[in-house]
Amino acid sequence: MRLLDTLWKALDERLELAPLVEFATHKEVPQHRHSWAYYFGGLTLFFFAVQIATGILLLLYYRPTAEAAFESVQFIVTRVPFGWLIRSVHSWSANLMILAAFVHMFSVYLLGSYAKPRELTWWSGFLLLGLAMGFGFSGYLLPWNELSFFATRIGTDMTSKVPLAGPWLLTFLRGGEEVTGATLTRFFGFHVAVLPMLAAALLGLHLGLIQRQGMHVPGHLAEEARTRKPLRFLPNFVLREGVVWLFGLAVLAALAAFFPWELGNKADPFASAPAGIKPEWYFLFMFEALKLIPATVLGIEGELIGLGAFAVGGLVWFLVPVLDRASAHGRRSRLFLALGWGVLAYLVSFTVLSFLGAFQ
Amino acid sequence: MDPVPGTPGISRKSFVNWLLGTSLGATLAAALYPVFRFVIPPEVAEAPVNRVLAARLSELPLNAGKVFRFGSKPGIVVRTATGEVRAFSAVCTHLNCTVQYRPDFQHVWCACHNGHYDLQGKNLSGPPPRPLEVYKVDIAGDDVYVTKGA
Repeated sequence: MRLLDTLWKALDERLELAPLVEFATHKEVPQHRHSWAYYFGGLTLFFFAVQIATGILLLLYYRPTAEAAFESVQFIVTRVPFGWLIRSVHSWSANLMILAAFVHMFSVYLLGSYAKPRELTWWSGFLLLGLAMGFGFSGYLLPWNELSFFATRIGTDMTSKVPLAGPWLLTFLRGGEEVTGATLTRFFGFHVAVLPMLAAALLGLHLGLIQRQGMHVPGHLAEEARTRKPLRFLPNFVLREGVVWLFGLAVLAALAAFFPWELGNKADPFASAPAGIKPEWYFLFMFEALKLIPATVLGIEGELIGLGAFAVGGLVWFLVPVLDRASAHGRRSRLFLALGWGVLAYLVSFTVLSFLGAFQ
Repeated sequence: MDPVPGTPGISRKSFVNWLLGTSLGATLAAALYPVFRFVIPPEVAEAPVNRVLAARLSELPLNAGKVFRFGSKPGIVVRTATGEVRAFSAVCTHLNCTVQYRPDFQHVWCACHNGHYDLQGKNLSGPPPRPLEVYKVDIAGDDVYVTKGA
Protein backbone atom coordinates (compact mmCIF):
# COMPACT_ATOMS: atom_id res chain seq x y z
CA MET A 1 0.00 0.00 0.00
CA ARG A 2 2.86 2.35 0.69
CA LEU A 3 4.05 1.77 -2.84
CA LEU A 4 0.61 2.70 -4.20
CA ASP A 5 0.54 5.78 -1.95
CA THR A 6 3.93 6.87 -3.22
CA LEU A 7 2.89 6.30 -6.82
CA TRP A 8 -0.34 8.26 -6.32
CA LYS A 9 1.52 11.16 -4.69
CA ALA A 10 4.05 11.23 -7.52
CA LEU A 11 1.32 11.30 -10.16
CA ASP A 12 -0.80 13.83 -8.27
CA GLU A 13 2.20 16.12 -7.82
CA ARG A 14 2.83 16.12 -11.56
CA LEU A 15 -0.72 15.98 -13.01
CA GLU A 16 -2.85 17.55 -10.23
CA LEU A 17 -5.28 14.64 -10.16
CA ALA A 18 -6.88 15.52 -6.81
CA PRO A 19 -9.66 17.68 -8.36
CA LEU A 20 -10.72 14.76 -10.59
CA VAL A 21 -11.01 12.43 -7.61
CA GLU A 22 -12.84 15.18 -5.75
CA PHE A 23 -15.30 15.45 -8.68
CA ALA A 24 -15.84 11.68 -8.84
CA THR A 25 -16.44 11.31 -5.10
CA HIS A 26 -18.98 14.13 -5.04
CA LYS A 27 -20.80 13.03 -8.18
CA GLU A 28 -24.36 11.89 -7.50
CA VAL A 29 -27.01 10.10 -9.51
CA PRO A 30 -30.60 11.24 -8.89
CA GLN A 31 -33.13 8.62 -7.80
CA HIS A 32 -36.72 8.34 -9.02
CA ARG A 33 -39.05 5.64 -10.31
CA HIS A 34 -37.37 5.64 -13.76
CA SER A 35 -33.73 5.64 -12.61
CA TRP A 36 -33.42 2.17 -14.16
CA ALA A 37 -33.00 3.98 -17.47
CA TYR A 38 -29.60 5.28 -16.33
CA TYR A 39 -28.03 1.81 -16.58
CA PHE A 40 -28.59 1.05 -20.26
CA GLY A 41 -25.99 3.44 -21.69
CA GLY A 42 -23.42 1.74 -19.46
CA LEU A 43 -24.62 -1.69 -20.55
CA THR A 44 -24.17 -0.67 -24.21
CA LEU A 45 -20.63 0.44 -23.32
CA PHE A 46 -19.97 -2.95 -21.70
CA PHE A 47 -20.97 -4.84 -24.85
CA PHE A 48 -18.85 -2.44 -26.90
CA ALA A 49 -15.84 -3.31 -24.71
CA VAL A 50 -16.55 -7.02 -25.30
CA GLN A 51 -16.62 -6.28 -29.05
CA ILE A 52 -13.21 -4.63 -28.93
CA ALA A 53 -11.66 -7.51 -26.95
CA THR A 54 -13.17 -10.35 -29.03
CA GLY A 55 -12.64 -8.42 -32.26
CA ILE A 56 -8.92 -8.11 -31.58
CA LEU A 57 -8.78 -11.85 -30.88
CA LEU A 58 -10.56 -12.68 -34.16
CA LEU A 59 -8.03 -10.50 -36.01
CA LEU A 60 -5.31 -12.99 -35.09
CA TYR A 61 -6.75 -15.56 -37.52
CA TYR A 62 -9.15 -13.77 -39.86
CA ARG A 63 -8.07 -13.16 -43.49
CA PRO A 64 -10.00 -10.47 -45.41
CA THR A 65 -10.04 -11.83 -48.98
CA ALA A 66 -12.84 -13.48 -50.96
CA GLU A 67 -10.72 -16.62 -51.33
CA ALA A 68 -9.73 -17.00 -47.67
CA ALA A 69 -12.33 -15.20 -45.50
CA PHE A 70 -14.90 -17.98 -45.22
CA GLU A 71 -12.22 -20.63 -44.70
CA SER A 72 -10.47 -18.55 -42.04
CA VAL A 73 -13.71 -18.16 -40.04
CA GLN A 74 -14.33 -21.88 -40.52
CA PHE A 75 -10.84 -22.50 -39.16
CA ILE A 76 -11.55 -20.23 -36.18
CA VAL A 77 -14.79 -22.00 -35.25
CA THR A 78 -13.63 -25.56 -35.90
CA ARG A 79 -9.90 -25.72 -35.14
CA VAL A 80 -8.80 -22.83 -32.93
CA PRO A 81 -9.26 -23.66 -29.22
CA PHE A 82 -12.34 -21.73 -28.03
CA GLY A 83 -12.55 -20.13 -31.46
CA TRP A 84 -16.25 -21.01 -31.69
CA LEU A 85 -16.82 -19.26 -28.36
CA ILE A 86 -14.90 -16.08 -29.24
CA ARG A 87 -16.69 -15.79 -32.59
CA SER A 88 -20.07 -16.57 -31.06
CA VAL A 89 -19.53 -14.02 -28.28
CA HIS A 90 -18.52 -11.40 -30.88
CA SER A 91 -21.70 -11.99 -32.91
CA TRP A 92 -24.05 -12.18 -29.93
CA SER A 93 -22.48 -9.22 -28.16
CA ALA A 94 -22.91 -7.14 -31.33
CA ASN A 95 -26.63 -7.90 -31.27
CA LEU A 96 -26.99 -7.28 -27.55
CA MET A 97 -25.08 -4.00 -27.93
CA ILE A 98 -27.57 -2.78 -30.56
CA LEU A 99 -30.47 -3.95 -28.37
CA ALA A 100 -29.08 -2.14 -25.30
CA ALA A 101 -28.47 0.96 -27.44
CA PHE A 102 -32.09 0.89 -28.66
CA VAL A 103 -33.42 0.56 -25.08
CA HIS A 104 -31.10 3.39 -24.03
CA MET A 105 -32.22 5.61 -26.92
CA PHE A 106 -35.94 5.07 -26.40
CA SER A 107 -35.70 5.60 -22.64
CA VAL A 108 -33.81 8.85 -23.26
CA TYR A 109 -36.40 9.90 -25.84
CA LEU A 110 -39.50 9.02 -23.82
CA LEU A 111 -38.14 10.72 -20.70
CA GLY A 112 -37.44 13.82 -22.80
CA SER A 113 -33.75 13.84 -21.89
CA TYR A 114 -32.76 15.13 -25.35
CA ALA A 115 -34.03 18.60 -24.45
CA LYS A 116 -31.81 21.67 -24.19
CA PRO A 117 -29.05 21.74 -22.90
CA ARG A 118 -28.41 18.11 -23.89
CA GLU A 119 -28.82 18.39 -27.69
CA LEU A 120 -25.16 17.50 -28.31
CA THR A 121 -25.48 14.35 -26.20
CA TRP A 122 -28.53 13.30 -28.24
CA TRP A 123 -26.77 14.01 -31.53
CA SER A 124 -23.58 12.20 -30.55
CA GLY A 125 -25.69 9.26 -29.33
CA PHE A 126 -27.64 9.21 -32.62
CA LEU A 127 -24.38 9.12 -34.58
CA LEU A 128 -23.03 6.39 -32.29
CA LEU A 129 -26.10 4.24 -33.03
CA GLY A 130 -25.51 4.91 -36.73
CA LEU A 131 -21.90 3.78 -36.28
CA ALA A 132 -23.05 0.67 -34.37
CA MET A 133 -25.30 -0.22 -37.31
CA GLY A 134 -22.37 0.47 -39.64
CA PHE A 135 -20.25 -1.90 -37.55
CA GLY A 136 -23.04 -4.49 -37.83
CA PHE A 137 -23.45 -4.04 -41.58
CA SER A 138 -19.72 -4.16 -42.36
CA GLY A 139 -19.02 -7.00 -39.92
CA TYR A 140 -21.88 -9.06 -41.32
CA LEU A 141 -20.06 -9.39 -44.68
CA LEU A 142 -16.71 -10.47 -43.22
CA PRO A 143 -17.44 -14.25 -42.97
CA TRP A 144 -18.26 -14.05 -46.73
CA ASN A 145 -21.27 -16.35 -46.57
CA GLU A 146 -24.38 -16.51 -48.75
CA LEU A 147 -26.61 -14.40 -46.51
CA SER A 148 -24.03 -11.70 -45.91
CA PHE A 149 -23.22 -11.50 -49.62
CA PHE A 150 -26.83 -10.73 -50.58
CA ALA A 151 -27.38 -8.46 -47.58
CA THR A 152 -24.43 -6.43 -48.82
CA ARG A 153 -25.71 -6.41 -52.40
CA ILE A 154 -29.06 -5.01 -51.16
CA GLY A 155 -27.63 -2.60 -48.58
CA THR A 156 -25.07 -1.07 -50.91
CA ASP A 157 -27.60 -0.88 -53.75
CA MET A 158 -29.75 1.31 -51.47
CA THR A 159 -26.97 3.90 -51.30
CA SER A 160 -27.04 4.17 -55.10
CA LYS A 161 -30.50 5.78 -54.76
CA VAL A 162 -29.04 8.79 -52.92
CA PRO A 163 -29.56 11.84 -55.19
CA LEU A 164 -26.41 13.02 -57.03
CA ALA A 165 -23.79 11.17 -54.94
CA GLY A 166 -25.49 7.74 -55.31
CA PRO A 167 -23.34 6.17 -58.04
CA TRP A 168 -20.15 7.50 -56.44
CA LEU A 169 -21.18 6.11 -53.03
CA LEU A 170 -21.96 2.72 -54.55
CA THR A 171 -18.53 2.45 -56.19
CA PHE A 172 -16.84 3.77 -53.06
CA LEU A 173 -18.53 1.17 -50.83
CA ARG A 174 -18.20 -1.78 -53.22
CA GLY A 175 -14.75 -0.95 -54.54
CA GLY A 176 -16.16 -1.47 -58.02
CA GLU A 177 -19.49 -2.04 -59.71
CA GLU A 178 -20.29 -5.35 -58.04
CA VAL A 179 -19.89 -6.85 -54.57
CA THR A 180 -16.59 -8.71 -54.86
CA GLY A 181 -13.45 -9.43 -52.84
CA ALA A 182 -12.66 -5.72 -53.22
CA THR A 183 -15.82 -4.95 -51.22
CA LEU A 184 -14.81 -7.43 -48.52
CA THR A 185 -11.37 -5.85 -48.14
CA ARG A 186 -12.93 -2.38 -47.90
CA PHE A 187 -15.54 -3.43 -45.37
CA PHE A 188 -12.80 -5.02 -43.32
CA GLY A 189 -10.94 -1.70 -43.34
CA PHE A 190 -14.09 0.19 -42.29
CA HIS A 191 -14.88 -2.39 -39.61
CA VAL A 192 -11.49 -2.53 -37.89
CA ALA A 193 -10.01 0.93 -38.55
CA VAL A 194 -12.36 3.69 -39.72
CA LEU A 195 -15.43 2.95 -37.59
CA PRO A 196 -13.49 2.23 -34.35
CA MET A 197 -11.62 5.53 -34.72
CA LEU A 198 -14.85 7.49 -35.25
CA ALA A 199 -16.58 5.57 -32.45
CA ALA A 200 -13.76 6.28 -29.99
CA ALA A 201 -13.93 10.02 -30.72
CA LEU A 202 -17.74 10.20 -30.52
CA LEU A 203 -17.88 8.01 -27.43
CA GLY A 204 -15.35 10.29 -25.73
CA LEU A 205 -17.55 13.29 -26.54
CA HIS A 206 -20.76 11.50 -25.48
CA LEU A 207 -19.36 10.40 -22.11
CA GLY A 208 -17.62 13.75 -21.55
CA LEU A 209 -20.90 15.61 -22.06
CA ILE A 210 -22.71 13.34 -19.60
CA GLN A 211 -19.98 13.90 -16.98
CA ARG A 212 -20.10 17.65 -17.56
CA GLN A 213 -23.90 18.00 -17.44
CA GLY A 214 -24.87 15.22 -15.06
CA MET A 215 -27.92 12.99 -15.31
CA HIS A 216 -31.15 14.49 -16.59
CA VAL A 217 -34.20 14.39 -14.36
CA PRO A 218 -37.51 14.63 -16.27
CA GLY A 219 -39.71 17.51 -15.14
CA HIS A 220 -42.54 15.34 -13.84
CA LEU A 221 -40.10 13.36 -11.69
CA ALA A 222 -38.24 16.38 -10.30
CA GLU A 223 -40.28 16.43 -7.08
CA GLU A 224 -39.68 12.75 -6.46
CA ALA A 225 -35.95 13.15 -7.18
CA ARG A 226 -35.81 16.06 -4.68
CA THR A 227 -37.32 14.05 -1.87
CA ARG A 228 -35.35 10.86 -2.45
CA LYS A 229 -31.71 10.61 -1.42
CA PRO A 230 -29.47 10.60 -4.52
CA LEU A 231 -27.10 7.71 -5.09
CA ARG A 232 -23.39 8.43 -4.76
CA PHE A 233 -21.64 7.69 -8.06
CA LEU A 234 -18.64 6.20 -6.26
CA PRO A 235 -18.98 3.52 -5.11
CA ASN A 236 -22.78 2.92 -5.09
CA PHE A 237 -23.79 3.62 -8.69
CA VAL A 238 -20.62 2.03 -10.10
CA LEU A 239 -21.26 -1.13 -8.08
CA ARG A 240 -24.87 -1.32 -9.24
CA GLU A 241 -23.79 -0.77 -12.85
CA GLY A 242 -21.29 -3.59 -12.22
CA VAL A 243 -24.18 -5.88 -11.30
CA VAL A 244 -25.98 -4.92 -14.52
CA TRP A 245 -22.79 -5.71 -16.47
CA LEU A 246 -22.52 -9.09 -14.76
CA PHE A 247 -26.11 -9.77 -15.73
CA GLY A 248 -25.27 -8.75 -19.31
CA LEU A 249 -22.25 -11.05 -19.28
CA ALA A 250 -24.36 -13.95 -18.01
CA VAL A 251 -26.94 -13.49 -20.78
CA LEU A 252 -24.16 -13.14 -23.37
CA ALA A 253 -22.32 -16.24 -22.18
CA ALA A 254 -25.49 -18.32 -22.14
CA LEU A 255 -26.53 -17.24 -25.65
CA ALA A 256 -23.02 -17.71 -27.08
CA ALA A 257 -22.57 -21.13 -25.51
CA PHE A 258 -26.04 -22.60 -26.12
CA PHE A 259 -26.75 -20.96 -29.48
CA PRO A 260 -23.37 -20.75 -31.27
CA TRP A 261 -23.57 -18.33 -34.19
CA GLU A 262 -23.96 -20.14 -37.50
CA LEU A 263 -21.49 -19.73 -40.33
CA GLY A 264 -23.77 -20.81 -43.21
CA ASN A 265 -22.56 -21.54 -46.75
CA LYS A 266 -19.74 -19.79 -48.55
CA ALA A 267 -20.90 -16.93 -50.79
CA ASP A 268 -21.25 -17.72 -54.48
CA PRO A 269 -21.67 -14.53 -56.53
CA PHE A 270 -23.29 -16.59 -59.31
CA ALA A 271 -25.99 -18.33 -57.29
CA SER A 272 -29.56 -17.21 -56.65
CA ALA A 273 -30.44 -15.56 -53.35
CA PRO A 274 -31.60 -18.37 -51.03
CA ALA A 275 -35.29 -18.55 -50.08
CA GLY A 276 -36.02 -17.19 -46.60
CA ILE A 277 -33.19 -14.64 -46.76
CA LYS A 278 -33.47 -11.96 -44.09
CA PRO A 279 -31.22 -9.22 -42.74
CA GLU A 280 -30.19 -8.89 -39.09
CA TRP A 281 -33.18 -8.30 -36.80
CA TYR A 282 -32.42 -4.59 -36.35
CA PHE A 283 -32.94 -4.01 -40.08
CA LEU A 284 -36.15 -6.08 -40.24
CA PHE A 285 -38.49 -3.09 -39.77
CA MET A 286 -37.01 -1.53 -42.91
CA PHE A 287 -36.79 -4.82 -44.83
CA GLU A 288 -40.45 -5.73 -44.27
CA ALA A 289 -41.67 -2.22 -45.04
CA LEU A 290 -39.76 -2.25 -48.35
CA LYS A 291 -41.46 -5.54 -49.23
CA LEU A 292 -44.91 -4.03 -48.61
CA ILE A 293 -44.47 -0.91 -50.74
CA PRO A 294 -45.80 -1.47 -54.29
CA ALA A 295 -43.49 -1.23 -57.31
CA THR A 296 -44.76 2.24 -58.20
CA VAL A 297 -46.64 4.80 -56.16
CA LEU A 298 -48.08 7.79 -58.10
CA GLY A 299 -45.60 7.11 -60.89
CA ILE A 300 -42.57 7.06 -58.60
CA GLU A 301 -40.60 3.88 -57.87
CA GLY A 302 -41.81 2.41 -54.57
CA GLU A 303 -38.32 1.75 -53.25
CA LEU A 304 -37.40 5.42 -53.70
CA ILE A 305 -40.45 6.46 -51.68
CA GLY A 306 -39.63 3.91 -48.97
CA LEU A 307 -35.98 4.85 -48.70
CA GLY A 308 -36.85 8.56 -48.88
CA ALA A 309 -39.36 8.12 -46.04
CA PHE A 310 -36.76 6.38 -43.86
CA ALA A 311 -34.25 9.15 -44.61
CA VAL A 312 -36.77 11.86 -43.64
CA GLY A 313 -37.80 9.86 -40.53
CA GLY A 314 -34.16 9.56 -39.47
CA LEU A 315 -33.64 13.28 -39.97
CA VAL A 316 -36.71 14.14 -37.85
CA TRP A 317 -35.48 11.77 -35.11
CA PHE A 318 -32.05 13.44 -35.22
CA LEU A 319 -33.48 16.96 -35.10
CA VAL A 320 -35.96 16.24 -32.32
CA PRO A 321 -34.21 18.49 -29.73
CA VAL A 322 -34.69 21.43 -32.15
CA LEU A 323 -38.14 20.52 -33.48
CA ASP A 324 -39.64 19.89 -30.03
CA ARG A 325 -39.60 23.53 -28.92
CA ALA A 326 -41.56 22.92 -25.74
CA SER A 327 -38.79 20.65 -24.46
CA ALA A 328 -36.33 23.53 -24.25
CA HIS A 329 -38.67 25.15 -21.69
CA GLY A 330 -38.99 21.99 -19.61
CA ARG A 331 -42.44 21.09 -20.97
CA ARG A 332 -43.39 17.77 -22.56
CA SER A 333 -44.92 17.97 -26.01
CA ARG A 334 -47.75 15.47 -26.45
CA LEU A 335 -47.03 15.34 -30.19
CA PHE A 336 -43.42 14.28 -29.74
CA LEU A 337 -44.28 11.86 -26.95
CA ALA A 338 -46.85 10.25 -29.25
CA LEU A 339 -44.26 10.19 -32.06
CA GLY A 340 -41.81 8.33 -29.78
CA TRP A 341 -44.39 5.72 -28.77
CA GLY A 342 -45.53 5.42 -32.39
CA VAL A 343 -42.01 4.78 -33.68
CA LEU A 344 -41.39 2.28 -30.88
CA ALA A 345 -44.67 0.48 -31.65
CA TYR A 346 -43.78 0.36 -35.37
CA LEU A 347 -40.26 -1.01 -34.75
CA VAL A 348 -41.36 -3.62 -32.21
CA SER A 349 -44.45 -4.78 -34.11
CA PHE A 350 -42.69 -5.11 -37.50
CA THR A 351 -39.73 -6.94 -35.92
CA VAL A 352 -41.94 -9.36 -33.96
CA LEU A 353 -44.32 -9.93 -36.90
CA SER A 354 -41.35 -10.61 -39.17
CA PHE A 355 -40.06 -13.23 -36.74
CA LEU A 356 -43.54 -14.80 -36.64
CA GLY A 357 -43.55 -14.97 -40.45
CA ALA A 358 -46.51 -12.64 -40.88
CA PHE A 359 -45.07 -11.03 -44.02
CA GLN A 360 -44.58 -14.18 -46.09
CA MET B 1 -7.10 49.01 -39.91
CA ASP B 2 -4.62 50.56 -42.31
CA PRO B 3 -5.73 50.32 -45.91
CA VAL B 4 -3.00 48.99 -48.20
CA PRO B 5 -1.71 52.01 -50.12
CA GLY B 6 -3.35 52.23 -53.47
CA THR B 7 -6.14 49.75 -52.65
CA PRO B 8 -8.90 51.70 -50.97
CA GLY B 9 -11.26 49.67 -48.82
CA ILE B 10 -9.03 46.66 -48.20
CA SER B 11 -7.25 46.63 -44.90
CA ARG B 12 -3.83 45.05 -44.52
CA LYS B 13 -5.28 42.58 -42.04
CA SER B 14 -8.09 41.39 -44.25
CA PHE B 15 -5.64 41.05 -47.16
CA VAL B 16 -3.31 38.86 -45.04
CA ASN B 17 -6.32 36.84 -43.83
CA TRP B 18 -7.43 36.33 -47.41
CA LEU B 19 -3.95 35.11 -48.39
CA LEU B 20 -3.76 32.77 -45.41
CA GLY B 21 -7.30 31.47 -45.97
CA THR B 22 -6.83 30.74 -49.66
CA SER B 23 -3.42 29.13 -49.01
CA LEU B 24 -4.94 26.92 -46.35
CA GLY B 25 -7.85 26.06 -48.65
CA ALA B 26 -5.47 25.24 -51.52
CA THR B 27 -3.31 23.07 -49.23
CA LEU B 28 -6.39 21.17 -48.04
CA ALA B 29 -7.68 20.74 -51.57
CA ALA B 30 -4.25 19.53 -52.74
CA ALA B 31 -4.19 16.96 -49.92
CA LEU B 32 -7.81 15.81 -50.26
CA TYR B 33 -8.01 15.57 -54.05
CA PRO B 34 -5.69 12.51 -54.30
CA VAL B 35 -7.58 10.87 -51.38
CA PHE B 36 -10.89 11.47 -53.14
CA ARG B 37 -9.55 9.89 -56.32
CA PHE B 38 -7.76 7.06 -54.50
CA VAL B 39 -10.94 5.63 -52.93
CA ILE B 40 -12.51 4.97 -56.35
CA PRO B 41 -10.81 1.97 -57.99
CA PRO B 42 -9.50 2.27 -61.56
CA GLU B 43 -11.58 0.85 -64.39
CA VAL B 44 -10.39 -2.63 -65.21
CA ALA B 45 -10.44 -3.16 -68.94
CA GLU B 46 -12.56 -6.26 -69.50
CA ALA B 47 -13.30 -7.81 -72.84
CA PRO B 48 -17.01 -7.10 -73.30
CA VAL B 49 -18.95 -10.33 -73.08
CA ASN B 50 -21.90 -10.44 -75.46
CA ARG B 51 -22.43 -14.15 -75.93
CA VAL B 52 -21.86 -17.04 -73.57
CA LEU B 53 -22.57 -20.73 -73.38
CA ALA B 54 -25.18 -20.57 -70.60
CA ALA B 55 -26.18 -24.21 -70.20
CA ARG B 56 -26.45 -27.60 -71.86
CA LEU B 57 -29.96 -28.51 -72.89
CA SER B 58 -29.47 -32.01 -71.51
CA GLU B 59 -28.76 -30.57 -68.05
CA LEU B 60 -31.83 -28.37 -68.10
CA PRO B 61 -35.01 -30.33 -67.35
CA LEU B 62 -38.48 -28.98 -68.15
CA ASN B 63 -39.82 -26.44 -65.64
CA ALA B 64 -36.35 -25.53 -64.32
CA GLY B 65 -33.87 -22.68 -64.38
CA LYS B 66 -30.13 -22.17 -64.05
CA VAL B 67 -28.10 -19.14 -63.07
CA PHE B 68 -25.05 -18.64 -65.26
CA ARG B 69 -22.16 -16.26 -65.38
CA PHE B 70 -22.50 -13.47 -67.96
CA GLY B 71 -19.31 -11.41 -67.74
CA SER B 72 -19.29 -9.98 -64.21
CA LYS B 73 -23.06 -10.33 -63.72
CA PRO B 74 -25.35 -13.33 -63.25
CA GLY B 75 -27.89 -14.32 -65.90
CA ILE B 76 -30.69 -16.89 -65.69
CA VAL B 77 -31.73 -19.38 -68.33
CA VAL B 78 -35.19 -20.91 -67.95
CA ARG B 79 -36.72 -23.97 -69.61
CA THR B 80 -40.46 -23.60 -69.33
CA ALA B 81 -42.86 -26.43 -68.64
CA THR B 82 -43.68 -26.45 -72.38
CA GLY B 83 -40.01 -26.78 -73.31
CA GLU B 84 -39.23 -23.23 -74.47
CA VAL B 85 -35.84 -21.83 -73.44
CA ARG B 86 -35.60 -18.21 -72.37
CA ALA B 87 -32.87 -16.12 -70.79
CA PHE B 88 -32.82 -12.94 -68.72
CA SER B 89 -30.50 -10.90 -66.56
CA ALA B 90 -30.68 -12.52 -63.09
CA VAL B 91 -30.24 -9.16 -61.33
CA CYS B 92 -33.50 -8.14 -59.66
CA THR B 93 -34.52 -4.62 -60.67
CA HIS B 94 -35.58 -3.85 -57.11
CA LEU B 95 -32.42 -3.97 -54.99
CA ASN B 96 -29.87 -5.97 -56.95
CA CYS B 97 -30.43 -9.51 -55.59
CA THR B 98 -30.04 -12.59 -57.80
CA VAL B 99 -33.38 -14.08 -58.88
CA GLN B 100 -34.24 -17.79 -59.29
CA TYR B 101 -36.75 -19.96 -61.16
CA ARG B 102 -39.52 -21.35 -58.95
CA PRO B 103 -40.92 -24.59 -60.42
CA ASP B 104 -43.93 -24.38 -58.09
CA PHE B 105 -44.87 -20.88 -59.35
CA GLN B 106 -43.66 -21.64 -62.87
CA HIS B 107 -42.06 -18.22 -63.08
CA VAL B 108 -39.06 -16.21 -61.92
CA TRP B 109 -38.92 -15.14 -58.28
CA CYS B 110 -36.62 -13.05 -56.08
CA ALA B 111 -36.16 -14.36 -52.55
CA CYS B 112 -34.95 -11.09 -51.08
CA HIS B 113 -38.15 -9.03 -51.15
CA ASN B 114 -40.64 -11.45 -52.72
CA GLY B 115 -40.58 -10.06 -56.27
CA HIS B 116 -42.28 -12.04 -59.07
CA TYR B 117 -41.50 -11.94 -62.81
CA ASP B 118 -43.34 -13.78 -65.58
CA LEU B 119 -41.69 -15.89 -68.30
CA GLN B 120 -41.22 -12.78 -70.46
CA GLY B 121 -39.23 -11.17 -67.63
CA LYS B 122 -42.04 -8.75 -66.86
CA ASN B 123 -42.47 -7.73 -63.21
CA LEU B 124 -45.72 -9.31 -62.03
CA SER B 125 -45.99 -8.39 -58.36
CA GLY B 126 -43.94 -7.37 -55.36
CA PRO B 127 -41.57 -4.41 -55.24
CA PRO B 128 -39.57 -4.76 -58.54
CA PRO B 129 -40.17 -1.58 -60.55
CA ARG B 130 -39.00 -2.79 -63.99
CA PRO B 131 -38.85 -6.01 -66.06
CA LEU B 132 -35.70 -8.10 -66.21
CA GLU B 133 -33.44 -7.51 -69.21
CA VAL B 134 -34.26 -10.16 -71.84
CA TYR B 135 -31.45 -12.00 -73.66
CA LYS B 136 -31.57 -13.78 -77.00
CA VAL B 137 -31.29 -17.56 -76.88
CA ASP B 138 -29.69 -19.71 -79.60
CA ILE B 139 -29.66 -23.45 -79.38
CA ALA B 140 -26.95 -25.30 -81.26
CA GLY B 141 -27.31 -29.00 -80.69
CA ASP B 142 -27.06 -29.43 -76.93
CA ASP B 143 -25.58 -25.98 -76.30
CA VAL B 144 -27.67 -23.04 -75.14
CA TYR B 145 -26.02 -19.76 -76.16
CA VAL B 146 -27.23 -16.47 -74.76
CA THR B 147 -26.65 -13.13 -76.46
CA LYS B 148 -26.98 -9.70 -74.90
CA GLY B 149 -28.50 -6.68 -76.59
CA ALA B 150 -30.28 -8.68 -79.25
